[in-house]
Amino acid sequence: MITFEGVTKRYPGGTVALDDVSLDCPTGRITVFVGTSGGGKTTALRTINRMVEPTSGRVLIDGQDVREHKPAELRRGIGYVIQHAGLFPHRTIEDNIATVPYLLRWNKKKARARAHELMERVGLERSMARRYPFQLSGGQQQRVGVARALAADPPIMLMDEPFSAVDPVVRAELQDEFLRLQDELHKTIVFVTHDVDEAIKLGDRIAVFQTGGKLVQVDSPETLLARPADDFVAGFIGHDRGIRRLSFIPASSAPLSERDVLPADAPVERARDAAGGWVLVVDADRRPLGWAAAAGLPASGVVGDASLAPIGHTFDVAGDSVRAALDAAILSPSGRAVGVDAEGRLAGVADQQDLSTAIARAGADPRPAEAAEDGG
Amino acid sequence: MNDLWNQIDLFWTWLTASSQWEGDDGIPHRTLEHLYYTGVALFAAAVIGLALGLLVGHTGRGGFLAVSVANVARAIPTFGLVLFIVVIDYSITPVLVALVALAVPPILVNTFEGVRGVDADAKDAARGMGMSGWGVLWRAELPMALPLILLGLRTSAIQVVATATIAAYPGFGGLGRYIIDGLARNDYQLVVGGTVLVVLLALIVQLIFAGLRRLVVSPGLLGTARSS
Repeated sequence: MITFEGVTKRYPGGTVALDDVSLDCPTGRITVFVGTSGGGKTTALRTINRMVEPTSGRVLIDGQDVREHKPAELRRGIGYVIQHAGLFPHRTIEDNIATVPYLLRWNKKKARARAHELMERVGLERSMARRYPFQLSGGQQQRVGVARALAADPPIMLMDEPFSAVDPVVRAELQDEFLRLQDELHKTIVFVTHDVDEAIKLGDRIAVFQTGGKLVQVDSPETLLARPADDFVAGFIGHDRGIRRLSFIPASSAPLSERDVLPADAPVERARDAAGGWVLVVDADRRPLGWAAAAGLPASGVVGDASLAPIGHTFDVAGDSVRAALDAAILSPSGRAVGVDAEGRLAGVADQQDLSTAIARAGADPRPAEAAEDGG
Repeated sequence: MNDLWNQIDLFWTWLTASSQWEGDDGIPHRTLEHLYYTGVALFAAAVIGLALGLLVGHTGRGGFLAVSVANVARAIPTFGLVLFIVVIDYSITPVLVALVALAVPPILVNTFEGVRGVDADAKDAARGMGMSGWGVLWRAELPMALPLILLGLRTSAIQVVATATIAAYPGFGGLGRYIIDGLARNDYQLVVGGTVLVVLLALIVQLIFAGLRRLVVSPGLLGTARSS
């Protein structure tokens, strides 16, 4: 665990970068530092590996003051990833990754073997080992940066806006792979970003910093969205935090119904009195086929003969959130979302009213949305 | 065209005369003298220029002062410096001092700019991964600054090769001997011979540095837009 105890950083000019910050970053979890620029989040990160020395207070790693180690030795035991990767242009990819092993005097063979193993881990082709950084795309460079930080298998990783400099598609890809990697590695990670969405997606805990180096709130993403500590936090998270919160409510909490669901071989007469004017048609295996409008049914025959409107997308009852279910409902021609199980078979249908029930059950937000407007 | 051909012919007759290839005034001996002056001056200048440039570039302190002094030094006429010091101490040392003074500024300025221009992110990463101050200089800054440093060394080497001819003025050796003597005796052939040899030497220096660049500069740096 990384512990900040009353850490203050004041620069000679009088600027306060960190103002009495106390905080725990639990072992094996991702703690995200987020905030406005000048909020001190990067400064806070840099006190952990002594790139910045606090004016007062202390930083502890597993109860031990970081100042008990020489800076260089301390840093070799802590992974470090920065915004533009900061690769060494004169070194090949494998030698960039092996930087810390070389510093620790591993032999070359072992260090390179480790580099190749990590390249695979972070999704880089082995053929890139002998290339130079200028031959790689921004996203690939950032992967090398992550591999380089992991090279000596440090228990702690410090990541300063590692995905900010790449385009949104690559960023989402890197974020997903980062989470997958963390599932395997369980590092203690401190991650700095100015992007609230990224913080919510990646963080187990989020620490919000305000201009002047004040730490205003430390909470899980869910709690942060539900109960921002003050107007600054509410405004910083943004006006759609209510919608974002739906990501944390499981879709399984919504009531599902079998109303107006018919197999494709059911006679059309059974569809005529559908309450919402739409009938969901499923095949013999209960896989949803599409929506049939009650008004557009053929005079006779089975419902499968009707022209079917596409479902849009379904939601996975076990894995998706209410946010996905709500999205499915909004995009559905009938206004109802189709829930499926892992095999793609129908689990039930939820309309927007059902989803509202689930949201209400998850606990009402004590702060009305208008308060957030004031903060913004 | 005819004129050029005459010059080449003149040079060739001079060069191929057997008397040119033996004794203290022969081409081999004079060339060795010339290379000796050049080598000593360049080595001393490289030690001074690299040490100061790396120090100032790495620490980021005194850069303005160092560059200003170096640029002022460039304005000192080498010839004048030689005459001035030779009056005080008649030996080869003043000539070498003048050549060193000529060679230090390009090396110093390029080394300083090269180190200062190293990508700040790469420097931060080097420090953040646990390199010591020396480690950052040796493993990151120096190799990344190498293209510019070599350019500075090459500039100085060519200047020194060309300027070492002034050693002949106060009466020492080197290829300048031919030029000074030729001018004194109105021996046009001798002047042309000495000049062409100096030019050839400068071209060889240029070639050596081109080879050195391929040898010691990482392909990772040559592949980028940086060139010299």
